Amino acid sequence: MTSRQWAKISSVQRFREKLVIKSLFICALISVLTTLGIIFILLEESLQFFRHISPLEFFGSTEWAPLFEPRHFGVIPLITGTLLISFGALIIALPLGLGIAIYTAEYAEGWWQKVLKPVLEILAGIPSVVYGYFAVTNVTPFLQFFFDDVEIFNAASASIVIAIMVLPTIASICDDSLRAVPKAVKDGAYALGTRKSEVILHIVVPSALSGILASFILAFSRAIGETMAVTLAAGGTPNMTLNPFQGVQAMTAYIAQVSLGDIAHGSIEYQSIFAVGLVLFLMTMAMNMLSQFIVKRYARKYE
Amino acid sequence: MTELPSALSVKNHQVMSGQDLLMPDRESQAVFKVNAKRRRIKERMFTTAILSATIAALLMLLYLVTSITMDGASSLSWDFVSNFPSRFAAKAGIKSAIFGSIWLGSMTLFFAVFFGVGAAVYLQELAGKHRINSIIELSISTLAGVPSIIYGMLGLAVFVRFMALGRSVLAGALTMSLLVMPIIIIASREALKSVPDSIRMAAFALGASRWQTVRDHVLPAAVPGIATGVILAMARAMGEAAPLIILGALTYVAFVPTSIFDGFTALPIQIYNWTSRPQQAFHDLAAAGIIVLLFFLLICNSAAIYIRSKWGAKK
Repeated sequence: MTSRQWAKISSVQRFREKLVIKSLFICALISVLTTLGIIFILLEESLQFFRHISPLEFFGSTEWAPLFEPRHFGVIPLITGTLLISFGALIIALPLGLGIAIYTAEYAEGWWQKVLKPVLEILAGIPSVVYGYFAVTNVTPFLQFFFDDVEIFNAASASIVIAIMVLPTIASICDDSLRAVPKAVKDGAYALGTRKSEVILHIVVPSALSGILASFILAFSRAIGETMAVTLAAGGTPNMTLNPFQGVQAMTAYIAQVSLGDIAHGSIEYQSIFAVGLVLFLMTMAMNMLSQFIVKRYARKYE
Repeated sequence: MTELPSALSVKNHQVMSGQDLLMPDRESQAVFKVNAKRRRIKERMFTTAILSATIAALLMLLYLVTSITMDGASSLSWDFVSNFPSRFAAKAGIKSAIFGSIWLGSMTLFFAVFFGVGAAVYLQELAGKHRINSIIELSISTLAGVPSIIYGMLGLAVFVRFMALGRSVLAGALTMSLLVMPIIIIASREALKSVPDSIRMAAFALGASRWQTVRDHVLPAAVPGIATGVILAMARAMGEAAPLIILGALTYVAFVPTSIFDGFTALPIQIYNWTSRPQQAFHDLAAAGIIVLLFFLLICNSAAIYIRSKWGAKK
């Protein structure tokens, strides 16, 4: 082959190489476009919404009645509904999740440890609509059996199933950060005659605290964004209450409720789901960033 | 008398001799015994507590699966799988939901694999240290934490309204692809990262270009890991209901989609619809639907485990 032919081949090849890299770059760019798209769409429709409803009413009023006259657009009951369910879920899931993590990281051994983790992960793989079904058909009747004043739709049953759902998230992140504590640190404590539970409670858990906190916040953000179980179990009545046995409407449940009905594009109901969606998006974003910040800032480094 | 180091001094500043340290007095022996007993009890309580937390979670899983199986087993029949939905519980089936889910899953697979693996290859193998690349990384980690319902709203505004795709399988699959893309990108990058550098060096040494190296050597070596991530992403897409509800996927569909522009329903939506009705008969149908859905997910997950065990160990 002459050198001229070589040069021709290599220039064709260079061009093809560039083309491939550029097109793969575009694939990667899709995620940036998706992020910008989400922010743009939420902001754009919300601005339309705030043209009709003042932000003062949206964030200040405590009444949410968007679908019938007289209309009220105060988002606070939806936020309290979401928070009531999420906090309830966390109260159940935190001790259980941390306990499971301590067990898998410090106690379980051999094949049992190898089997235990994937089996618990199954809980995270079950679709949320299944948890919704379970809440309606099992958890609510269970609660009604023990307490008199449990409504058919109630926050407590949603909290319980969400707790089961986020359990593997908490357990696996806590497990990782408990394992990251070096053996030398634990051995030092054992050498002083400390019992295993004392080593775990006073040495291992405090050392892994940043990871544990991050897992809690991540679980909280999951709970806030959860839709199907909340819609099925907690119902669709905006209700500002601290009573977990009453029905509440979460932000996600409102968005789902409006979407299930026929809504005209450009109507105020259509725009209102984007305003609620914006609040939801900002809350989960804040949680995720906080959890990443805690991991970065407070992670203990061992040399 | 010279002062002894504080470690050797005890209560009331009494100074102990070496003999005393080896043979503590009765009082401190008793205190030690009580303390040791308390510590032993605490230890036992702690161990019991964390063991019961683990067992509680396992029992919950067991109860969840058995109770749903028992609720749904009576409604599960060939008629249930081959009938269209109906107002009458006795005649209702999930044929359209099964086909909808298969359409949705396979199209999501098509889009998400193409773009997701492409993005992962670019970020892991080809990207330089340009500013835009760190922006891409940031947006992927952001997207991984966005609730699924928000993706539904994006899909509603962009695919259903702006691109006028309507409530079609195509709009649903595109939305689901965006939803699972971060999962596929993160899993694929892990798989690419675990391919040893010596393979790349060997290819470069023989004069292969960057893309040739990736295409012919790195990517084939990473296929098992990528496939595992892709399958898990598809399982996620088949179980999600929230984005489809926001898109306005139909709950009553008495036909099987024949083109990508047809309306559709999916298993999770059908299950939601039946669960939200008050009648017991429909709840049983929902349980039967859940069995079918979990069966699909079980196939996906077994495939992932099989791939990992077959090819995962080889390096």
